[in-house]
Amino acid sequence: MEKIPILKLGEILLVTIQVDMHDRLAITLQDDLTARIVKDHARGVLIDISSVEMVDSFIGRMLGNIAAMSLALGAQTVVVGMRPAVAITIVELGLSMQDVRTALNVERGIEMLRSAVEVSEEGTTHEPSGT
Amino acid sequence: MSLPEPETLELKTSEDIVRARQRVRVCMKDQGFNLIDQTKMVTATSELARNTVDYGLGGTMQIESLVDGGRIGIRLTFLDQGPGIPDIELALKDGYTSGHGLGLGLGGSKRLVNEFEIWSKPGEGTRVMVTRWR
Repeated sequence: MEKIPILKLGEILLVTIQVDMHDRLAITLQDDLTARIVKDHARGVLIDISSVEMVDSFIGRMLGNIAAMSLALGAQTVVVGMRPAVAITIVELGLSMQDVRTALNVERGIEMLRSAVEVSEEGTTHEPSGT
Repeated sequence: MSLPEPETLELKTSEDIVRARQRVRVCMKDQGFNLIDQTKMVTATSELARNTVDYGLGGTMQIESLVDGGRIGIRLTFLDQGPGIPDIELALKDGYTSGHGLGLGLGGSKRLVNEFEIWSKPGEGTRVMVTRWR
C-alpha cells in the first residue's frame, strides 16, 4: 500500500509530502504519525508541504488533526514551506489553520521545535523554586 | 482560435478526485491562467469533486474551455444523481455539514471562482457549475 515516509531526526519526526494525496492516504499518514510519536518517543513533528500544490479543507483538517493528536501525546507539530498561492487560496476558502503552528522553511521549523522542546523540558525537569 | 473539446471525467473514488484536480490544473495551465488562479480553481475542484463522491454517491465532472468576447474561461460542471440537497442556502453556509467535513466545501468553493451556480432536488441529484475567467 502507498505510504508517505516518516523520518526520525533525534526527537523530531520529519514528513515531506511530495505526492498529490488522495483522502485515504491523508488519513493513513495521520494514523501512522500518531503511532510513530508513541513508538519513537518523539517530541516534535515537522511537516514539509513545500511540494504541495493545493491544500483543500480535507488536507487542512488532517493537518489540524495531526497537530491536536500530537499535542495530546506530548509532541509539538510545525507545518513548513506553504506556497504563497496555497496560502492565498486557503484564506479565501475559509480555512483558518489557527491551531497549526507554521514556519517559512524546514530550518526555522526545526528551530521552533527545538525551543518548544527545551521550554517543555525546563517545565518538567526543574524543581519548583517558589516562582 | 480553436478550443479544446469539452471532456467528462468520472467521480467515484478518492483517486478520481486527485485525477480531476490534476486534469483541471493542466487545462488551466494550457489556457494561460496564472498560478494563483490555477490553485484556486484546483482547490474548488477538489472540494466539489469530494461532495460529488461523498454526498452525491458518485457522478461526473465536465471541463469546458470558453471564450466570451476577449475573455478566456474554464467551466466545470459537477453532476450526480444522489440524494440532493434539501436546503441549498443552509448548505452554502460556512461550517454547515451533513457529514464529517469542515463544512467549507460549497461556500468556500463559491469564493474561489468567478461564477457559481447550483441546482439540486431531493431524490434527483445535484448539479454545480463553476467558472473562472482569465
